[in-house]
Amino acid sequence: MMRLLLCAIVAWLAWPAAAAEYNRVELAASSIQFISKQMGVPVQGGFGKFTAQVNFDPAKPEAARARVEIDMASIDAGSREANQEVIGKNWFAVKEFPLARFESTSLTPLGGDRYQVRGKLTLRNVTREVSAPFSFRGGVFEGRFIVKRLDYGIGQGVWADVGTVADDVEVRFKFLTLPSK
Amino acid sequence: MQARYHGVAIALHWLMAALIAGGFALGLIMTELDLSPQKLKLYAWHKWLGVTVFLLLWLRLLVRLIKRAPPPLPAPAWAQRTAAAVHGLLYGLMLLLPVSGWLMSSAAGFQTVWFGVVPLPDLLPKNEAVFETLKAVHEVLGNALALAVMLHVAAALKHHFIDRDHTLARMGLMRRKP
Repeated sequence: MMRLLLCAIVAWLAWPAAAAEYNRVELAASSIQFISKQMGVPVQGGFGKFTAQVNFDPAKPEAARARVEIDMASIDAGSREANQEVIGKNWFAVKEFPLARFESTSLTPLGGDRYQVRGKLTLRNVTREVSAPFSFRGGVFEGRFIVKRLDYGIGQGVWADVGTVADDVEVRFKFLTLPSK
Repeated sequence: MQARYHGVAIALHWLMAALIAGGFALGLIMTELDLSPQKLKLYAWHKWLGVTVFLLLWLRLLVRLIKRAPPPLPAPAWAQRTAAAVHGLLYGLMLLLPVSGWLMSSAAGFQTVWFGVVPLPDLLPKNEAVFETLKAVHEVLGNALALAVMLHVAAALKHHFIDRDHTLARMGLMRRKP
């Protein structure tokens, strides 16, 4: 009887942890970076300011949702000169389009700690479907995917030449989340 | 028949002369441009030329080691010494100038990728202060090389047109007709 009661208590205590939904994003330990190729040279950049809402229950991954908003003025394109250029009208036109957004539409488990997220990415008011594989370990979501910059009109005019700056830009994301209290 | 430099040494001399002149001209032009695809291209070409010169230099030193340079033509001792010093300076700068450019590019956070295909390792992490220092060093070395080349060319022309000796001809691309 005593043993049964103990089991019940342990089960009751363990339940919230097992059912825990990861939904508190630690922005300071999270990052959104991108790697563009200029004349064959990979150049790393990133965003200093963004917000993210994540609801992810490892027990019910299909129900997970994510929404990320990026303050485009916080872009770091690798050099001071580049930073001045990319906020301009040929690139991100930050004054007109201050925010970029990602909203998930579905999530598919790929086995183990691997998942595939699909969603809508909006850059410069252009929305396209994107899909990214990611891993989830100890509250950390980590993944990467390719954005074709010209799909969103990023890099117009003389910059539309993909021989200088490649069309493919790799986006790398990392979000540290904590389970709900 | 006067002694000439080895054919490979002569070919390397003129090829590297052309690459260095091109790299120097690109360096002067590209730094004046506002950011544009053209600027990115010129920077890339400048770096590719620099890496090429750096690699050819080793080949050239090897050739010089195997096939000794012809003995100097009769000239006053001070001229011999000056010539040797300027040659030493040219070799040193052909080595240091590309290396300083490579390091400077690393410190700027832009890897050097030879012909957009062969990546050179970044020997320094990205650091703006280090970059600014190396940029100044690269500029000084570049101007020093330009100065050394001018001395070298002036001396060669003096030998050819004033002394009317064989100095320039023995580095000539074509054998002088007998």
